[in-house]
Order: sequence, then C-alpha cells, then structure tokens
Amino acid sequence: MSVIASRARRGSRFSGAVIGAVVGALTVAMVVFMWSLAATIVGGMVTTLPLGQALVLGLALGAAVGIFFDGRDAPGTVAVGSGLVLGLVYLLFTGFRPLGLETVQPVWGVGFAFLTFALSGHLVRYGLRDIDVRVARRDVIERVIVRLLRGFGFSFFTLIILFPFWYMLSASLKSRAAMLRDPANLAIEFGLGFSTLIRGYVEVLFTFDFLRFIGNSGLVAFVTMVVTLVMAVLGAYAVTRLAFPGRTFLSRSILLIYMFPAIVLVIPLYAVFTQLGLRNTLPGLLIVYPATTIPVALYMLRSYFQTLPKDLEEAGLIDGCTRAQVIWRITLPLSMPAIASVGLYVFMIAWNEFLFAFMFLDNPAIFTLPRGMVMLNSQEVPRQYLMAGAMIITVPIMLLFFWFEKYLVGGLTAGGVKG
Amino acid sequence: MAVRRTTLAAREARLAYWMLAPTFVVILAIVLFPVLLNVWLSFKPVTLGDLRAPVPVANERVMQTPDTAGDELVLRLTMRNGSQRVTLFGVVWEKTLPPGLTLTTVDPRCTQEGAIVTCTFGDWEGGYRETLELAFRAGPEYFEEGAPDVRDAPTDMRARAENVLTNFVFTLENYARVLTGSDFWPTLRTTLMYTFFSSVGSILLGLFAAQLLNSSFVGQGVLRGLFLFPYVAPVIAVAFVWAFFLDPFSGTVNALGQRWELLDGPVNFLGQRSVDVSLFGLSFALPLALATVIAFSSWNYFPFAFLFILARLQAVPVDMYEAADVDGAGPFQKFWYITLPSLAGVLAVLFLLRFMFLINKFEDIFLLTGGAAGTKNLPVMIYDEAFGRADIGVGSAVAMILFLVLLLFLFIYYRFAPEAER
Repeated sequence: MSVIASRARRGSRFSGAVIGAVVGALTVAMVVFMWSLAATIVGGMVTTLPLGQALVLGLALGAAVGIFFDGRDAPGTVAVGSGLVLGLVYLLFTGFRPLGLETVQPVWGVGFAFLTFALSGHLVRYGLRDIDVRVARRDVIERVIVRLLRGFGFSFFTLIILFPFWYMLSASLKSRAAMLRDPANLAIEFGLGFSTLIRGYVEVLFTFDFLRFIGNSGLVAFVTMVVTLVMAVLGAYAVTRLAFPGRTFLSRSILLIYMFPAIVLVIPLYAVFTQLGLRNTLPGLLIVYPATTIPVALYMLRSYFQTLPKDLEEAGLIDGCTRAQVIWRITLPLSMPAIASVGLYVFMIAWNEFLFAFMFLDNPAIFTLPRGMVMLNSQEVPRQYLMAGAMIITVPIMLLFFWFEKYLVGGLTAGGVKG
Repeated sequence: MAVRRTTLAAREARLAYWMLAPTFVVILAIVLFPVLLNVWLSFKPVTLGDLRAPVPVANERVMQTPDTAGDELVLRLTMRNGSQRVTLFGVVWEKTLPPGLTLTTVDPRCTQEGAIVTCTFGDWEGGYRETLELAFRAGPEYFEEGAPDVRDAPTDMRARAENVLTNFVFTLENYARVLTGSDFWPTLRTTLMYTFFSSVGSILLGLFAAQLLNSSFVGQGVLRGLFLFPYVAPVIAVAFVWAFFLDPFSGTVNALGQRWELLDGPVNFLGQRSVDVSLFGLSFALPLALATVIAFSSWNYFPFAFLFILARLQAVPVDMYEAADVDGAGPFQKFWYITLPSLAGVLAVLFLLRFMFLINKFEDIFLLTGGAAGTKNLPVMIYDEAFGRADIGVGSAVAMILFLVLLLFLFIYYRFAPEAER
C-alpha cells in the first residue's frame, strides 16, 4: 500500500500535468469551435476561429487541473478557479475582446471568457474523473482517449444532425437578400415581425398550393397505410399460423421481393400505366405504393406474430371461434404495438416517397408534397420558399415520429432492411 | 379419420391461400410482372413517344376556291404516319362534306357516298408520308350555304396499330448501345464506388453513434430519437438543404470556411469533379462531388446502422466485459476482442443490405447533382436514358444490367447471411 502510494506520489504531478494539458488543449479547442459556430449561425455574430489561442490556453488550463488531480478527482474549486483566473488573464491581454468574436463587446466578452474557461476547466475535470492520471499506464492513456472520443462524438453528432435542420428552419425565414448578404448568419431576425418572417410559408401554402398537396400526401399515405396493413396482417397470419404447401418458400421470398428496386420497376410501370391511363392519377400511385410496402410490412408482422403464443388462439378455436373471430379478438389486440409501428413505418415511406410521384404526376391538382417540392425547385422561386416547403414536408412526419417514437424505433429495427 | 384430417388440412390451406391472395395479386402485378416486362422492353426499340398509341396525321389545305357554281374546289391532304417506327393498318380518312360538293377526282382509294367522302389507304409503315389532292365540283347549294370552309367540316382519320409493347419486334441494339457507349463503364465504376463507400461510411457512423449511446445516461432517449432524424426526414427536403448550405456562393459552409480561413476560396462541393488534395506529403485527386454525395448518403442512412448495432450491442453479455476487466484488458482491447467479434455478423449483414439498397439509390444523387460532375450512377443513367433521352429500350437495358448486379449480391446475401438475420 505504502509502496504504491509513494510511487504514485513520485510520478503523479508530471504525468498528471501532461495528460491534463493534452486533454485541456483539445477540450478548449472543441468548446471554442462550438462557441464560434453557435455565435455565428445562431447568434448572427461575426467570429474568427482562434484555434491556436485555444490550444495554448487549453494546455495551461489542463496542466493546472492535471497537477491537482489526486487519484480519482481534482477539487472542483481548482478546475473552475483556474478557468476563471485564465479567463481574466486572457481578457486583460486582449483588451476585453472575447475569444472568437471580432468585435469588442465588454458585457458579452467578460461573461463569455469566464464561462468558456470555467466550463472547460470543469469539462477537463469531468473527462478525467475516476482515471488515475498520476501514472501514464497504457490503459490509463486508452481510457483518456476513449473519453476524448466520446466528447468529440457527442459534439460531432449533435452538429451534423442539428445543423441541417437549423439551416432549414432559418433559411425558410430569411429573404434572398439577407441570405446573400451574409450566408454564414443563420440567426432568426425576430425584429422583422412575424408576418415578414413567415412570408415563405404563406406563399408556399397558398400561392403554390401546398395546402392542397398536404391533403394529397396525407390521403395517399393514409390509404397506403390502411391497405398495406389489412393485406399484411392477413398474409402474415397465414404464413405464421396456417399450414399450406409452399409456406416455407413464400416465407423466404417475402424479403427477396422487397429487394426489387423501384428504379427497375419504374420504366415498365410507366409504360403500362401510360397505356392504361393510370399514370397521372392518384389511384395509380395508390396501386404502386402498397405493392412496394406490403413485403416489408408482412415481414415485420410475421416476425412479431412468431413471438405470440399459439395457445391462446388454439383455446379460442376449441371454444368454437372461427378463424376470423380468432384474428379479430385475439391476434389483433395482442399485436397492436407491432401494427402501430408497421403502420407508422408505412405511412412514413408513403409520405416521403419521391421516385414514383416524380415520374407519374404531371397535374398540379394531384401533386403530393415531394412532387410539389420539385415544382418549387426552379430559378424563379426563392430558396426561402423551397426551405419553407421542406419544413412543411418534414415537420409533420417529425412530429408524428416523436409522438410515436417508442413504437417506431422497434418498427425501424424490425423492418430495418429498407433504405 | 384419415379422410377427415385431410379435409381439415385442405381447408386450412385453402384459407391460407385466400388470405394471401390479395398480396399475391398485387405483388405479381406491380413487382414481378414489371420486372419481366423490363426484360422484354430491354430487347425492343421503344421510345417514350411510342407509348402513346400512334395515329395518322392529316393537314388539309385549300388550293383552289370556287367562285361560282360549277367551279372546282381543290383540297390538298398532307398525311403522315405519326410514328416513325410503328406500322399503321387500314388507314382511313373520312370527311362529311358541306352540301353541294361532289368528288370529281378519280382515285380508286376514294369514294363518295352521300355527303361522306371516304379514302382508304391501307397500311402505312413508320414515317410514311402521302400527299393527295382531291377536287370537288361545287353545286349551287354550296353557295346557298354561304360557301363554308371545307376544312371545318367534320373529319375522321383512323387506323389500327400494333401495340408497341406487345408486338414481336426485337433488337439487341439497346444492349449494344449501352455496353459500347462511353458512358457505361465510368458510370458502373461510380456506382460501385458510391455504393461501397456510402455503405461503409454509414456503418462506421452508425457504429460510432451506437458506441456513444450504449450506456444509460440522462437524455439518452432524446438523443436516440435525435440520431434518427436524418433517416426519418424526407430525402427531398434534406437533399435541398445540403445543396443549399454547400453552395459555393450563398452557402453557409463556404462562407464560414472562408471567414475562419479553413478554405482558400469558394469550393463547389457538388459541382467540381475532382480536387487535388495533399495530405502528409501525399497528393492525390479526390473526386470531390462524388465524395460529397457519399458523405450525404452516409449521413442519411447511418441511423439505420446505428439502430441495428445498438440492438446487437445491448445483447452482448455484460459478464464478458467484466471478465476482461478482471484480466486487465484496456478499452481498446475490449472493443477489438469482444465488441467487434460480437458485431461481426450484424456488420456483415448490414453491409450487404446497405449495399443492395444503395446500389439502386436514385434520389440522393439525382437531387444533389443530377448526375453531373462525375457522380452519375446506374439509376440516374436509367432515368437519363429512358426519360431524358426518351429511349425506353436503352433505359430498360441499363435497368436489366443493374438488376443482374443486384441479383449477384442477393445471391451472396442469401448464401452467407445467417438464417436469423434475414
């Protein structure tokens, strides 16, 4: 015990300072990057990316925290305190110009510099917690790297997911002139007034008739969902519960059918539907959509039915129920979660479907939303309107998705074969 | 007893067939039949214009107008087969004349019965043209009616045509044109590169994301939902968003990159075929637009890999990691010797599934670049040939080639994927 302790004491300060400095430099660089980015695209401020400054300051901050790291933790006062001290030093040297901002803004500057450094000190301490940095053993280094990767990973994924959606929202509220003046500024200018902000939405909904397209898309997606569910429930039940010649073969070929690509089907369907007069019609789409979703729905429901106990249904049959009654009264109520998830999944596919809508529909009266988006994509229409259209097509499916997220995640995994 | 059991089994089988019948009919009509029709079309000379039934077309022109009763009215008919390729059978031109006009031209093909003049032309090959002048003697009644314009009188022109889809005209030229065209091999190469790197990219991102979320912490559920956003959002919406923020002049990425001095000048991410990159002293040409499209597809489909891998990760027994801890294994060793081997199966299946779906992916590339700047893949080529150049036959031939490549991978999948993962 005493041997270990003394060795740890001997090696501790230096090793702790080095590991802390590396972690500190990367942490402050990350924090500054995220701050600069947020300040620009959310706050609309003019920023630089002072990565060099950030790395140097981070080295100092991390070393300070690392030196005080005692076994499993460093005192919080040290972490936040050294951050505050460093922030003060930095501010004094730069004449109160905060890290990353182009302009001198005393109130913002002071607050932010202190916040950045205090937060970074805390993050360094938090990132190293429970790791004995006093000894630079291989597993210690590895654990530090894993922590850094986790920190990087969370920032990275948050960024790549939120940025496109922030862009969509912000661009839908921004005039062409504002967008060209400063493309980096994605701040929402509330000062313009509500009616100016939502001009794109008003135009798209009323002038470009998206209100009607919402109805068309909703109708198509809903009918597709109902038709698919009815057929898939019947089919999946037959495949899992009834014995018939060809059952194994059928069960195996379901997924195979699903792999048949839409792009290969589109030319022949276009040719036939043109000759039958079905091409430029909603019924035409309503024939194609269920056909493309039934296999995966059947596959997902089959997987679920296989997990349901047979005994209940057999008891029902012995008690004199017909098959139809058994399905209606026993199987369906038991599989509501699966049916909900499959239904949502199918609804999502139909709502988002682009290829067939794009190929088949010429008549604006029956456009679905994705087809309407193609119509908006022209030189004459401002991008603001296109982004408003993107919001209109995205938000409903997102809301639906968040509302039923629990079900949908299960459905996506089960049907997760589809791209 | 035996008889009764057979009837029960037969009844069950009959019920099963009835329950499967609607699905079967729909799949047959909308999936299997089109695939067969595609094979058929790929051997036929069909253009987009041929899909509408071909009709004979006639232009009428009055060459001579009568001034008084007894004069002649001369009508010139310029007629052609509206299709360049399809033969028309039994072409008939029929006109109900205004009163007082009598056909004087002697032509065995044309007869007059009452007010109706009928000319029968027989069969016209594709692109056939015919000009015919018909003379009529105008009687007094014609002038009593106020000498109406003969062109306004009701005309009926009709013919029978073979359906271009069902006739027996075949050609190998579609395949010859595809395989010898300068477009095909580069497109195939792009397709394979796009498919491979997008599959790998989405799986790597998914693996990373799954590792991050494979521990319970506050906000894990929200983050998991957030991570699925790119997949749930309609591709047409997010593709436009990417195209706009990557725009060289009015895009946020370029504006920020230049302001932060990370980029020397505006970069046309989606419009530049290739850019020279030097990294660690090695310089190579990066196919920029293709790389951007691959980044988009990796981003768009990583949630999927993420869900799959997360589900599998949560099934890895905890005691394996505990045993590794006892043995003093570091996190990298645990990842390399426990996590990755446990995921090997699911990663292989994911790769094959992603590969099979991405090889057919049309929307992503079509919406981002339209196939320009070296990003054209086979699905976009199908669209270009069949609808851009209006050659259904060539488009079908490309589709057939794509389908064969896909079948190859389907075969690999069914051969090697474990039963449980199918």
